[in-house]
Amino acid sequence: MNALKNTFRDISQYPSAVLGLVIIVLLVIFAVYAVVTIPYNEAIRMWRGGEEIWGDYPRNAAPAWTNWFSAKKLPETIILTTDDERVKKEIQTVGSNQEVIMHYVFDYPYDDFPQEMIIFFTSKYDVKQPHITMKWVTPDGRELRMSQMSVRRSDQYRFELDERLKRRIKDMTIIQGLFATPDVMPPTIQKGQYELQISALLFEPNAEVDAKLVIYGKVHGLAGTDHLRRDLMVAMLWGAPIALSFGILAALGTSVLSMIIAAVGSWFGGAVDEVIQRITEVNLVLPVLPILIMIGTLYSRSIWVILGAVVALSIFSSSIKTFRAIFLQIKEAPYIEAARSYGAGNLRIIFSYLIPRLIPVLIPGFVIGIPSYVFLEASLAVLGLGDPVLPTWGKVINDAQAQGALFNGHYYWVLQPAVLLMITGLAFSMLGFALDRIFNPRLRGV
Amino acid sequence: MTEATQSPVTASPSSLEKKATASTLSRLAKYTLVKILTLGVTIVIGVYLTIIIANMGGEVDNIRRGEIRERVALMVSMNQDLRRLPAEERAKYINDMVKIEEDRLGLDRPFILRSFTYLTDAMSLNLGRAQFLTSDSGSKQVRLIILERLPPTLVLFGTANILLFFFALFIALGLSRHYGSFLDRLVIALAPTSAAPGWFYGIFLILIFAAVLNVLPYGGMVDAPVPDTTIGYALSLLKHMILPTLAIFLSSIFITIYSWRTFFLIFSSEDYVEMAKAKGLSSQMIERRYILRPTMPNIITNFALLIIGLWFGAIILETVFNWPGLGRLFYRAIGLFDTPVIVGETVIYAYLLAITVFLLDFIYALVDPRVKVGGEGPKA
Repeated sequence: MNALKNTFRDISQYPSAVLGLVIIVLLVIFAVYAVVTIPYNEAIRMWRGGEEIWGDYPRNAAPAWTNWFSAKKLPETIILTTDDERVKKEIQTVGSNQEVIMHYVFDYPYDDFPQEMIIFFTSKYDVKQPHITMKWVTPDGRELRMSQMSVRRSDQYRFELDERLKRRIKDMTIIQGLFATPDVMPPTIQKGQYELQISALLFEPNAEVDAKLVIYGKVHGLAGTDHLRRDLMVAMLWGAPIALSFGILAALGTSVLSMIIAAVGSWFGGAVDEVIQRITEVNLVLPVLPILIMIGTLYSRSIWVILGAVVALSIFSSSIKTFRAIFLQIKEAPYIEAARSYGAGNLRIIFSYLIPRLIPVLIPGFVIGIPSYVFLEASLAVLGLGDPVLPTWGKVINDAQAQGALFNGHYYWVLQPAVLLMITGLAFSMLGFALDRIFNPRLRGV
Repeated sequence: MTEATQSPVTASPSSLEKKATASTLSRLAKYTLVKILTLGVTIVIGVYLTIIIANMGGEVDNIRRGEIRERVALMVSMNQDLRRLPAEERAKYINDMVKIEEDRLGLDRPFILRSFTYLTDAMSLNLGRAQFLTSDSGSKQVRLIILERLPPTLVLFGTANILLFFFALFIALGLSRHYGSFLDRLVIALAPTSAAPGWFYGIFLILIFAAVLNVLPYGGMVDAPVPDTTIGYALSLLKHMILPTLAIFLSSIFITIYSWRTFFLIFSSEDYVEMAKAKGLSSQMIERRYILRPTMPNIITNFALLIIGLWFGAIILETVFNWPGLGRLFYRAIGLFDTPVIVGETVIYAYLLAITVFLLDFIYALVDPRVKVGGEGPKA
């Protein structure tokens, strides 16, 4: 207990270690928050679900907070359903038919045009499809009529494909035409209250119709969206527990196992030691990452299989030599001789007397090792060998690279996961370096 | 020269020197031979393990079967008589031939025996034929594809590693002499940044210099269209090399300086350095003879480990920078599930690592006074 207290007192003398520790604690809280708010299955559903989950999100939208730093306010997504109080729905009976009129009234205060506009129709009928006419009313009272159409039970209407609007709006895109101030070039937004009127003619007494208007913005949520409209926040949140658990498990497995092997080797000496030494040398020449890639391509991309392979390939790393050198010194200590003289078994000596002495050396090495495994996971993901279901930071970078995010100016897409990776790596690394100097006083003066 | 010639000598100095050179040479030769042998064994084991892992799902077998079938089908299509056979009979003929060929090449034998055939194939770089990828010259031979991609990788990593070595060496030496200065503390503070691999810095460098400032290319090796003149080509190559080299450099420079500086500090507190100072030797002389020399073996071992790490970083770095080297080839092979190329590349990487380790061991032997002068060779 006292030793622990001393360690903490030592750490507090290194500002970088304190900073690293604080960041690690925050990351752990962040990771726990992610796992608690979005359970595992929910995260996978939100990341792999399909259009019904992210259909209402814009494509490649920057995070919403980017608006705070820019004079030009990019639009957020506007979703209007008939449950919304901005939407009025009237039903009139015309002879044997019904007419449903829906008014979608909304404010448009942004400085840029929306990305896309879609109306999603759902209707119920037996034989005859409902007939739809639509009208767009601008703040200055102009009216634009759209093509008439019949809708199926589930249907979409995309403004930019409308032939009738295309004939009316000549020198700009349809979406620009709907929101622009008339006769101003280049197209400028006319701010104010817009209205969309949808009137549907139903030919059957039990028929129903409903419509949802989605005006896709150019910013979304805290983290933006990717090319498939997925909310990047899911990946940013879930990347944390995955990165932390992968890094910590791999570093722990590797360092503990290699220490045990080094202890066994130096305790028994002779042939055992020789074999371990030779394996270490072969292992040095083994192409670890290519083998991992091979495993990822040929067998399984599951993050746990890769974790196992990483640990298996890194057990006989160069750290065995460091451990061995120290064990050889400790082995000669009088207390080991005492243990031997009272008849302690080999296992008892190795696990109770040798290994505990090395924990001060182990801990810094373990902490310094974590970032390399965190980045290894990201590296594999960047190569397209990420876990097939889980969202990770590396996979987001991989998607962004594949879609030319930097080239197309979607900087947020690459920067967010990269900065999170950087923070994680730096935090463990800073703490590890300080621990190294605390536990290995030989370096402290240096 | 100063101390050696001043000491009293009984034999004539020139013959003594000659003898020393001869014994140094023979010791070096012996050391090199032993190293080559051990490394050779190491490579064989490494490649063998690679093959075992690759064939756990029978992938290497599939590569071989595919090759045999292709060869037989080609032979049948070249033969006029066989071509006239009805389709069914021809298919049956091909299947029989494939069966015979497979038996002849030992595919029906147990895997343990087959694995040695694969081992000799891999060791002699007989890596089979790619499924999808082709070399720029149009060949499907995995060996040719890989050999074609080797020079760009070597150019990039050679340059970056040489820069890294010399910069780190001189800065570390300088810092160790100004221990505790602002620069020294800055480097210590920056050392943790080396936790991130080169490709990671690459992304940031592309963002800054290509996307925002638009002064350097996003990636690739030369401009398109390729410049006609040699000078134009070289300039274009240089321009494309700046960012990837910088990325490798940034990812390793601080940690390298940090650890080498620590070596220097440990060795500069030795008694013989104090002695040399007391004798009044110039600080340059002290640095070269009494600090740099004994530290060199440690530094080279450290550098060897660093380069091994960089080789793997290369795969992703080249992907990020679109550099047409081995790493990029690997990435494309993964994307296309081109197993022969993936297995072949893994073998090649095993070779490259072994060659790196060997070269550095050789340099180690050259600079390590124990190999050169003393009787006991270092136990590597």
